[in-house]
Amino acid sequence: MFDDRYTVAHKIYPYERSPDQDKASAVRHPVVIVGGGPVGIATALDLGQQGVPVLVLDDHEGIGQGSRAICFSKRSLEIADRYGCAGPMIDKGVVWNLGKVFHRDEKVFEFNLLPEEGHKYPAFINLQQPYFERFMVDRLRQLQAAGAPIQLRGKNRVDGIEVHDDHVVLEVMTPDGPYSLEADWLVACDGANSPLRTRLGYEFTGKVFQDSFLIADIRMTGDTEFPTERWFWFEPSHGQGASTLLHKQPDGVWRVDFQIGWDIDRKEEMKEDNIRRRLDAFLGPVRYEIVWSSIYTFQSKRMARFRHGPVIFAGDAAHQVSPFGARGANSGMQDADNLGWKLGLVVQGKAPAKLLDSYSDERVHGADENILNSTRSTDFITPKSEISKIFRDAVLGLARTVAFARPLVNSGRLSVPCVYDGLSLNGPDALTGGPARTRVGAPMVDAPAGDDWLLGLLGGDFRLMTIDAEAPERLEVDRITVTRVALSAKGNPDLAARYLGDATSAVYLMRPDQHVAARWPGFDAAEVTRALKIATRRA
Amino acid sequence: MMTPLNTEPNIANPDDFYARLLAAHEGRSKAESDALNARLVLILCNHIGDTDVLGQAIDLAAEG
Repeated sequence: MFDDRYTVAHKIYPYERSPDQDKASAVRHPVVIVGGGPVGIATALDLGQQGVPVLVLDDHEGIGQGSRAICFSKRSLEIADRYGCAGPMIDKGVVWNLGKVFHRDEKVFEFNLLPEEGHKYPAFINLQQPYFERFMVDRLRQLQAAGAPIQLRGKNRVDGIEVHDDHVVLEVMTPDGPYSLEADWLVACDGANSPLRTRLGYEFTGKVFQDSFLIADIRMTGDTEFPTERWFWFEPSHGQGASTLLHKQPDGVWRVDFQIGWDIDRKEEMKEDNIRRRLDAFLGPVRYEIVWSSIYTFQSKRMARFRHGPVIFAGDAAHQVSPFGARGANSGMQDADNLGWKLGLVVQGKAPAKLLDSYSDERVHGADENILNSTRSTDFITPKSEISKIFRDAVLGLARTVAFARPLVNSGRLSVPCVYDGLSLNGPDALTGGPARTRVGAPMVDAPAGDDWLLGLLGGDFRLMTIDAEAPERLEVDRITVTRVALSAKGNPDLAARYLGDATSAVYLMRPDQHVAARWPGFDAAEVTRALKIATRRA
Repeated sequence: MMTPLNTEPNIANPDDFYARLLAAHEGRSKAESDALNARLVLILCNHIGDTDVLGQAIDLAAEG
């Protein structure tokens, strides 16, 4: 009556009977999160760290098998740092910078992500998703041990939902049978096929791409090693796919990703002999074992809005993109980052519920940017018409010899956090000559700050960052506290370049998700108060 | 101010230019010619660079 849908890699939240199951009437929780994947757990960490009680329900007893998402962006690491679990990720992850692009086996060019100096985290790490999730659940356990009000219930599957204006009622199935729960807020992080979204009948529209990809994770067992680089082939001559990707993961594992077309026999393709046939044609005479394999198809879709009354959608449940550019799990982390503080303020009665509409507006904006970028990559990788293939091949041909064509080669535009330009929580951008990259709406950019890093110093509350400017140490506006972080740009050229530009002093109001709410050349109490009211929808 | 696309004659020896363009295609298959044209378009677009001008050029070409 309660079968697993997939194999669990780490059984780290086994079913335990909860006292809620023995209550005569349904227990009400402030926040229930459905889905214990990366986005659900990240949201739970965010709320738990704020002291907001949160309950996570997952229909399995641990983390699913398979590498799945393997590229985690700097922004995801910065968010994980705020949740206290980036350390093990960076220790375990593979840092890579070099990428090579081939067309019909001839190298077209290579690129270096050339990481900018003065950041705590690299542009990207490769790490199998189960590790990423495990490190977050480990952190959740630490927080629980320290008294954070987080609960995580395995083998608790939501089989029914009733949505009211100000709460939801859930029917939850367990190995001991069903029980009822109530929640003021429900966060649906139940993945691409979101049973909750389907159950509630919310539309999810966009494009389905007619293509399939075969992933094989392999471990070399002979003497062959490949470098820690991203290798991408357009039309490889081994003939085992319209494109092929080779990318290193931890534990000596390489991801091989073959684009194998739409009209395939899934069962046949998944047979080990057939996977080996493709791999052998690609790799030549090397010895390897297959660690994991899977066939996936993808779509670019999103919900019209991510909030429906007390039900809020996040991650793949709300939006899906093609995998080129690593914009799936990374954008889900930005959802958690965006939602956590807003939901926290609303639950604590410090902001009106309409603040949560800004979560939808801002993350819809992010989803559209991700869909646009990943769709363009898909169009380049899989040309949709004869003429688009002619242009694609012309670009690849020219890129071999002339530099101008290289920026046109699109094998995936890697995930960067989006800027909430022109959206409703933005306050004044009054810093004349201030750098564009830290404009209002943008995520704060890391920089060295003494022996520390700026983003670590700023943390996850409202902050007033002053650079060579005076301001009070502490400000309180309607029960929200803003504390000052005082810095000087003298002897810190990175900080000056990233936050001052042509200005000589600056005051930045930062939101708890480390986006810029407003900035000025100097402190003005009325201005900061006004910007804080705008950023919390109390204006 | 947007730079207007130059639609006035701008090539000194139009017949020479035209002959050179056709000569480049001589002896090529349709597929090879298509590829040459695509490369030429990309090279010229990059040389122009100004996206406003390119936009006007694309619109004019699309009108047929």
